[in-house]
Amino acid sequence: MTTLLKIANVSKEYKMDGVVFQALDNVSLSIKEGEFVAIMGPSGSGKSTLMHIIGCLDRPTSGKVYIEEHDIFTANDAELAEIRNTHIGFVFQQFNLLRKTSALSNVELPLVYAKVTPKERKERARAMLTEVGLSEKMGNFPSQLSGGQQQRVAIARALVTKPSIILADEPTGNLDSKSGRDIMNIFQNLHDKGSTIVLVTHDEDVAHHAKRIVRIADGKIIADGKPPKRT
Amino acid sequence: MNFAEYTKLAFNALRTNKVRSLLTMLGIIIGVSSVILLVSIGTGLQNYVTEQFASLGSNTIMVMAGDVDVSQGPRGAMMSASKFEISDASDLESGSDAIKQASPMVQGFGTFSYGGNTVSTEVWGLWENYFDLAKYEPEYGRIITQNDVERTRRVIVLGNKPATDLFGEGVNPVGKKLTLNDIQFEIVGVIKSKGGGGAMGSADDFTAIPLTTAMRQFNQDRPFMIFVEANSADEVTQAQQDAERILARRLKDDEFTVLESTQLLETITQFLNVITAALGGIAGISLLVGGIGIMNIMLVSVTERTREIGLRKAVGATPRDILMQFLIESVILSLFGGAIGIGIGAAGALGINQFVTTSVTPWSVMLSFGFSAAIGIIFGVAPAIRAARLDPIEALRYE
Repeated sequence: MTTLLKIANVSKEYKMDGVVFQALDNVSLSIKEGEFVAIMGPSGSGKSTLMHIIGCLDRPTSGKVYIEEHDIFTANDAELAEIRNTHIGFVFQQFNLLRKTSALSNVELPLVYAKVTPKERKERARAMLTEVGLSEKMGNFPSQLSGGQQQRVAIARALVTKPSIILADEPTGNLDSKSGRDIMNIFQNLHDKGSTIVLVTHDEDVAHHAKRIVRIADGKIIADGKPPKRT
Repeated sequence: MNFAEYTKLAFNALRTNKVRSLLTMLGIIIGVSSVILLVSIGTGLQNYVTEQFASLGSNTIMVMAGDVDVSQGPRGAMMSASKFEISDASDLESGSDAIKQASPMVQGFGTFSYGGNTVSTEVWGLWENYFDLAKYEPEYGRIITQNDVERTRRVIVLGNKPATDLFGEGVNPVGKKLTLNDIQFEIVGVIKSKGGGGAMGSADDFTAIPLTTAMRQFNQDRPFMIFVEANSADEVTQAQQDAERILARRLKDDEFTVLESTQLLETITQFLNVITAALGGIAGISLLVGGIGIMNIMLVSVTERTREIGLRKAVGATPRDILMQFLIESVILSLFGGAIGIGIGAAGALGINQFVTTSVTPWSVMLSFGFSAAIGIIFGVAPAIRAARLDPIEALRYE
């Protein structure tokens, strides 16, 4: 399997009021095509920072990051935006849908920045919404949808560009347990069809859907392997 | 993303905040419409004055009271109390070969009523030669004659406008009587419309009585000014020099000024230019205030939409995409405000045209439109740059 993401000796430092804070300390990690990885850790562990670097929202202080052939360390802001657009599909805890914008237009959004023609945009967004089971709700505004439905719109938005990696940050964190299970089933199906998924969570139950769990604490990876068998 | 997409995006954003967009535009609307309106008044005034002088002819020289200094601009163009005598006009006529004729004038004001119609207009006291000098011809009846002047007769010649206002179009009022300050005047003639200008006031909006009658009527013993006509356009300079020489024998240097009509026109135009620019400038300040209003609202909008910006960046918007989104939004705000302002300004100019002559010029329209576009860009850049520079991580976390 091809390696999609390669992180080598990555450190990230933040300066806060003159104090240097080491968010990531010499982290190395690679993710192959088709993997379903959960990144776990308590808050302040560096989990979010790692996710931002994987998602090309941030550059490391030192170390190398490659998404397929792209070197993140040397890319400028516009190049990073393009890499995010084509390689990363984000799913957020807060859904982050645009208000007063229909579900369909929300799903279209990444394709707008990918310079896809309006006609093709609509077709692809419609197909994606149908795939997540929202064919009846395409014209609805986010405020007219339940939390679970909103998250499904967000997943459709993440998938519509056919990204290399789907990066989900606590995707069930704002949902009731039933909706949460539905969302995890969608991820499960995507994984079965061969999608590469990176899930960031602090919830053991959610993490157990993944085939590989990376545990992080104090900016270091402390464990990396298959989830333990559950009794 | 291409231009059409940015524009669509901007329109959607403005539509979701209709009231706010409208209020923001209001600043530009008021600014642009006042620029258009005030400049149109200034320009209208200028056109009016220019027309007035154009019909007087280039052979004409005006002798005014006081020290009118053209080179000093508007400030020098003040007249003081007259020291002229009637005999000055005769002296001018006889003293120079370049001067064809000279005509003293006394000016007053009168209100006339006839059959329920009332007009207020200037009353000029004239010699008979003024009509030839200013190229006025009778439509009905006759002009004032030497006989009228010598005998101080109570006869009146009407300009075309008061005649029409009092008696109606195409009616010959000769022989009818009008009352000026309780004294009856007989109408002896109506002047053909020039549709252009006499020297003072509108070309057709005046009445004329014999100079001698006017001096008695208005209790003035000195002419207000003297019109001089040179033999030809070539002799205007000679006539001007002769007039100065002749008058200097009797009057002090600062008691009279001899002006070619082109010189006087220049002075007045200069003066009106300053007024027009000042009016435009004052209105321009309100445009500036409108621009600051746009900047203010765009800054608020960027803060409000921080999460949206974060999300757009996360799904692939480049800093340039975000910059253009907000910049085009503010440009659309100001351009729409500008267009509406031009409409209102032009309508206003048309409305007050009945009271004051106005003229909406292409340059004032283009200038205000260009100015509002520039304001959209200038005042939109700072908020747009702020939006484009937002860190996507921070923006997504923003509550």
